[in-house]
Amino acid sequence: MIYPVLEVQGLVNRFGSQVVHDGLDMEVREDEVFGIVGGSGTGKSVLLRSVLGLQRPQAGTIRLEGHDITQLSGAALRAVKARYGVTFQQGALYSALNVLQNVQLPMVEYMQELSESARDELAMLKIRLVGLPADAARKYPAELSGGMIKRAALARALALDPRLLFLDEPTSGLDPISAAEFDELMLYLQKQLRLTVVMITHDLDSIFRTCNRVGVIVDHRMETDTLERIVDHPNPWIQAYFHGERAGIRLKVAHGA
Amino acid sequence: MVLEVRTTEQGIALDLTGEWRALAYQQIDSALAAVDLAGARRIEILTGRLAALDLTGAWRLREFVLQAQKMGAQVTFAGTPPDQMRLVAETLRPIEAAAAAAAPRPVMDLRTELEELPVEAEVATLTFIGRRAVTLWRDMSGALAFLGRVSATGLGALPHPRSLRPTSIARHVYDTGITAIPIVALIAFLISVIVAYMSAQQLRSYGAEIFVVDLVTIGVLRELGVLLTSIIVAGRSGSAFAAEIGSMKLNEEVDALQATGVDPFEALVLPRVIGLVISLPLLTVIADLVGLVGGAVLCASLLHIPLDQYVTRVSQAITPTTFWVGVIKAPVFAALIAMAGTHRGMQVSGSSRELGRLTTLAVVQAIFLVILADALFAVLFLEIGV
Repeated sequence: MIYPVLEVQGLVNRFGSQVVHDGLDMEVREDEVFGIVGGSGTGKSVLLRSVLGLQRPQAGTIRLEGHDITQLSGAALRAVKARYGVTFQQGALYSALNVLQNVQLPMVEYMQELSESARDELAMLKIRLVGLPADAARKYPAELSGGMIKRAALARALALDPRLLFLDEPTSGLDPISAAEFDELMLYLQKQLRLTVVMITHDLDSIFRTCNRVGVIVDHRMETDTLERIVDHPNPWIQAYFHGERAGIRLKVAHGA
Repeated sequence: MVLEVRTTEQGIALDLTGEWRALAYQQIDSALAAVDLAGARRIEILTGRLAALDLTGAWRLREFVLQAQKMGAQVTFAGTPPDQMRLVAETLRPIEAAAAAAAPRPVMDLRTELEELPVEAEVATLTFIGRRAVTLWRDMSGALAFLGRVSATGLGALPHPRSLRPTSIARHVYDTGITAIPIVALIAFLISVIVAYMSAQQLRSYGAEIFVVDLVTIGVLRELGVLLTSIIVAGRSGSAFAAEIGSMKLNEEVDALQATGVDPFEALVLPRVIGLVISLPLLTVIADLVGLVGGAVLCASLLHIPLDQYVTRVSQAITPTTFWVGVIKAPVFAALIAMAGTHRGMQVSGSSRELGRLTTLAVVQAIFLVILADALFAVLFLEIGV
């Protein structure tokens, strides 16, 4: 059954006189990888912050698994927040905690009854799951490479086994090989854990490898379609994005030409 | 309910139901812990009615299976075991394989693996003392090197006054000086009132109330004015310097400056030091004035010493050096505070916790250095007789 895990309707975000979103609609279905694309300053991060419940939009509804988070607050909002995992662009690992403690933090918050040894084992399970070596567990974020930070952030996002995962530019700042490895890891986990993934990205390789459907933010709204069809969308920005010089080669590869 | 237990001919059957998810861990854990394994030869696990099983649930189920097997029970799944169990097993396999190769321990679990990791060993007392001594030595030589570098940068910049960055210095004079006037004035006023009040109580029994004026004047001008101002500024601006430069270090802004060919000592450290050296003496003068006003207010209202008599008494109490003995200390204190702040700021690296630690250290050290320097000044002034 395909039903929307995340449904955004008529989202409006304004800062003073600056309009970021004006009636934006978005729908993410179960078990898909949904890519969010848009030029710099089109409000991808604002959209993510709205969907995560970190900031309240001026208008519109945002339904996460049926709960309208724009109407929730306090304990109810907290309960919804336990159901998704998120990784931020720079990792946002807590620098005062090591990787193990970073992964355990959501467990400490939401699974108080978990014994210390069970917490250690579960956190180690997640650390191994994202392909980090065991000795990374005791390292602090400052001691990790860029790729390891992204993986550790992913392990923390998976701490509570969410069904919905948000990734904010997961491959930015990685070399192409590490970025490709991260894509494969994400796809593997997505299949194995039956995750629904919402991913903000600029990385065309990443989009063509991983995304089922893509939403492009243009003119304060979102144009959504499958990857095969969105590349032929008439909007000039979308044309430039998918058919610019940098994209040409990838399209050929994607279409098997 | 997440679990139904039925007794069968050879053992028990577990019928898993509902959602086995991380957020329901408590129910799952207590339900599995409550299963009586004693005497069960065969355990059959049915997963047909399971609505969801995530990794946390699968991990707990696997723990249960391993425990049952250890107790000699035969565990079977009705149909194929769930995929999630296989994923957990696959993730754990490298550890178990490594443990089997290493042999003496039969099965190595995640927790043992975690415990095997090197943790900072407890250090013996002697090692501790030695380490502290080396750290202290490095700290002191580091501080001296910092002082040397600031002086060298300052002297090097003297021939070209523009490279001293007057705009930046002006900003720091404003931030550390002008905005501090209200709090410095308030505290100077209150302290001189307290000193006057305390001494008036003592001197009244000798009928020597007029000497309250001498005490307040000399106390405020020589010591209290400059010392209190320095301590307030150390708390206000010393911490600000450390935090500002520290967060610039974390943000790689200092690296960016260096990469542009700008010396961070010239651009960040020196303007702060010079700015504070300018503003602290001026703040001290204000504190001195307000302190004397505070003394006058208390003398007039409590001891009935009229203003003109207070002024005459003040001019008799002070010698030509009294005021300067206080103010001359201000630039020295300012340099100490500014350098403690900027030095600690430049040491920040890695994490936000470092930033907090070094900012605290900057303030504590600045106050300590100010008081130490004040004591040295007292000895010096005693020796030269002012």
